[in-house]
Amino acid sequence: MTLRNRRRKTVSFVMLSLTGVCAVVAVSLLFMILGDLVYNGWRSVDWNFFTKLPKPPGETGGGMANAIVGSLQIILLATLMGLPVGFMAGVYLSEFGGKTFAFLIRYMADLLNGVPSIVIGIFVWTVVVRRFHFSAYAGGIALALILIPITARSTEQFMSMVPQTLREGALALGASKWRTIATVVVPAAYRGIATGMILGVARISGETAPLLFTSLNNQFWGGGLSDQTASLPIMVYSHAMSPYDDWHRQAWAAGLVLLMGVLLANVAARLILSRGISVQK
Amino acid sequence: MKMKSLWLGAFAALAILLTVAEAKVLINAAGATFPYPIYGKWFDEFTKADPDAQINYQSIGSGGGIRQLTEGTVDFGASDMPMTDEQIAKCKNKPLHFPTVMGGLVPTYNIPGVSQDLKFTPEALAGIYLKKITKWNDPELVKANPGVKLPDNEIVVVHRSDGSGTTFVWTDYLSKVSPEWKSKVGANTSVSWPVGLGGKGNEGVAGAVKQTPNSIGYVELIYALQNKMSYGFVRNSAGTYLKADLDSVTEAAATAVKTMPADFRVSITNAPGKKAYPIASFTWLLIPSKIEDQAKKKSIVAFLHWMLKDGQKFAGSLGYAPLPQEVVAREEKQIALVQ
Amino acid sequence: MATSAAVSARPPQGVRAFVHRLRSGDEIARLVTLAFATSILLVTVGLVYELWATSSLARHKFGFGFLTSSSWDPVTGQFGALPFIYGTVVTSAVALIIAVPVGLGAAIFLAELAPAGLSSAFTFFIELLAAVPSVIYGVLAWFTLVPLMRDYVDPFLKKTLGFLPLFSGTIFGYGYLTAGAILAIMTLPFIISISREALLEVPVEQREAALALGATRWESTWQAVVPWARLGIFGSIFLALARALGETMAVTMVIGNDPSIHASLFSPGYAIAAILANEFTEATGDLYLQSLVCLGLVLFLLTIVINALARLLIIATTRRGSAHP
Repeated sequence: MTLRNRRRKTVSFVMLSLTGVCAVVAVSLLFMILGDLVYNGWRSVDWNFFTKLPKPPGETGGGMANAIVGSLQIILLATLMGLPVGFMAGVYLSEFGGKTFAFLIRYMADLLNGVPSIVIGIFVWTVVVRRFHFSAYAGGIALALILIPITARSTEQFMSMVPQTLREGALALGASKWRTIATVVVPAAYRGIATGMILGVARISGETAPLLFTSLNNQFWGGGLSDQTASLPIMVYSHAMSPYDDWHRQAWAAGLVLLMGVLLANVAARLILSRGISVQK
Repeated sequence: MKMKSLWLGAFAALAILLTVAEAKVLINAAGATFPYPIYGKWFDEFTKADPDAQINYQSIGSGGGIRQLTEGTVDFGASDMPMTDEQIAKCKNKPLHFPTVMGGLVPTYNIPGVSQDLKFTPEALAGIYLKKITKWNDPELVKANPGVKLPDNEIVVVHRSDGSGTTFVWTDYLSKVSPEWKSKVGANTSVSWPVGLGGKGNEGVAGAVKQTPNSIGYVELIYALQNKMSYGFVRNSAGTYLKADLDSVTEAAATAVKTMPADFRVSITNAPGKKAYPIASFTWLLIPSKIEDQAKKKSIVAFLHWMLKDGQKFAGSLGYAPLPQEVVAREEKQIALVQ
Repeated sequence: MATSAAVSARPPQGVRAFVHRLRSGDEIARLVTLAFATSILLVTVGLVYELWATSSLARHKFGFGFLTSSSWDPVTGQFGALPFIYGTVVTSAVALIIAVPVGLGAAIFLAELAPAGLSSAFTFFIELLAAVPSVIYGVLAWFTLVPLMRDYVDPFLKKTLGFLPLFSGTIFGYGYLTAGAILAIMTLPFIISISREALLEVPVEQREAALALGATRWESTWQAVVPWARLGIFGSIFLALARALGETMAVTMVIGNDPSIHASLFSPGYAIAAILANEFTEATGDLYLQSLVCLGLVLFLLTIVINALARLLIIATTRRGSAHP
């Protein structure tokens, strides 16, 4: 083997090994993050955390019960508002859309998708909060605005993957179009659609920036959905940046709970998807 | 089976959505981080004393308190900087200033290897924040601290990144002791800092100083105390080096009380008096003069009375100075102005 | 997409057709879904309008000078966007400089070298990284990354590369470099995931042809496969950039909040998203608030442009790739 060829072979070996190193680094990042959170948060997650309300700064023993419930409230609101709209829009784009209008909608959805979540927060502040003050509704609206384009695009994507033959078969049997969609196309694509929805909801449950100016925060249980509401991401942020060690401990715990929820939803979604979808992307 | 779990899910969702505090009067307030430890304590204690009322206070900074009060998104605000006439004019209902406690701002620092309490001259503090003094072993600091081995490290300056009444007190003091500061930067809740990192809230500045070696920041006394951080002596206008504590802060208000304007808007930085701590301030609750919701008004008025009597007892243990008696008496009269 | 031509080739025309559609419920279905789809349009238009309208004071006072002024002084009412644009761009650039080589390397490994099982498993984990909420990254950066940078990485860089203005000056731990580092970790999964898919789309003949001509494994990958997928790879980079530009919480927690421009990467700075998070709820005075909204508008426009470029590149690459469903 000539010297040049030997050199080329060495270069090849080195570069390819480097790519392997890169991949290992990338994957181990996830485990390091998880590890760091578990290490710091595991000891802090105690019964108090889930059942008590926050204590005044400097005092120990408080918890984040209101933040957990508050987060669930805001996420539920966002889901109720965002999923149907996104789903219906996705159905339109996939089944009914004309050329130009569908293109426009799709473009707008992608635009909305790319808007930084803090700008969405500003928008909801100017439109909702300034008139109706801080509330869980405002937070829910902000998160719904993030959820809608994600859901619309993923719904459209999975519905358009359903083979045309299925639709034609149903229509040939005399079903009307909407019947076809409801009873044939959607069930065929439901795994993908469900996955898209779960991933979308998981994504918004970790969002902090839009909640900064919409639902703000609350030390107590609050007056329900039209009042300021505590949420886990905001609590993590405010407690982590504080100087109190007890609050740091709680921030880790909250972060761990939040991350676990998001990761579990993601894993579940991917399992659903891998289990059933017949058409590969 | 699937239907059952769906119904269960729907029921759970509904239960979550409708979780609400038992029929209470819910009041939202926001503002200064300077008094947050005591306000937090007060609102917690007040709910115990009067379970029908719940006051949710968010410490977002004095600027935030003023803004949200003006927008009407909170029921009352809190600020360490008295509102300017301009700001008052923007409010629908003219806000009344109610002093709650007095507190002292301390220069807190984190210098590895230095455990003693440092002495700061006004020139030193101005110099550090003007970026003229950049190292810990600068002659100005060494001069005031004989016997302390100050390292040859760069000073990491920390200030507030948000609109802060604490910043106002600090820059107000610096403006009074340093003409250069006054002309170059000025005093306000948010200024154009010549140097430094920004922390959000008193909490953020304390957190940053705690985590960063060779740093200095300005925080309300209680934040340094609660977090066992070092804080220094400051030389006052009479030449004495003082640490912020109950007596020195109370002394700072002594002269001002005699000439206190009717609306309670006054600055007590660099106050005259041998024992007066130079960087002290009142902090105010900004209560609208007209509150439409009768239940809320009742609770807020009740809180104000409670605060002036029982609330003051908590001040000392948290490092704040309780209000002088004359001020309390005048405030009791002002409460009647809340419609 | 729309129903195939074969079926809807000659629907009955005219009013009778309309009534027929109405009766069969199709028209209602179409209108209902259309309404929802239009709401997306309305929201987006509304968003742009609100941003535009609520920043009018600032725009009229400063004009385009807003983009080039570097003062941020609430006391005198002078606001300029330059330090924030600078910070946003610098941190994103640092993020990409770190993330692109690592991400591309990992993508190449996963697409070309790893056995299918390993590749799927690794990709699964990496995509989970993308799901981690931003505030969690922020907490990790605040407690773990900052001390790491301050005590180990920054001094090392200063010792070795300190002659460059980029790596000179005081080390705080907070600043452009740390913010860029955490952004790199956050954008890594996007680059890996999309680049990997772009690489997988490359027809196997490309690789085989190169190998047949005597190229080493690496040469065939780098010179035959990667260039074929370059549009998708660039698309992934732009997407990562768009994500980095708008990233708020993690950056806010470690950038140091200093609204001025510094040459050194060790210095604290500011980014658009960060100042919005910090100062929005407390901007006293209309000009202050509207200047912040104007900053939001600038960020919005930046991300639109980058996102559009990203999508064009990704579409272009999948279109010319093989079997697209």
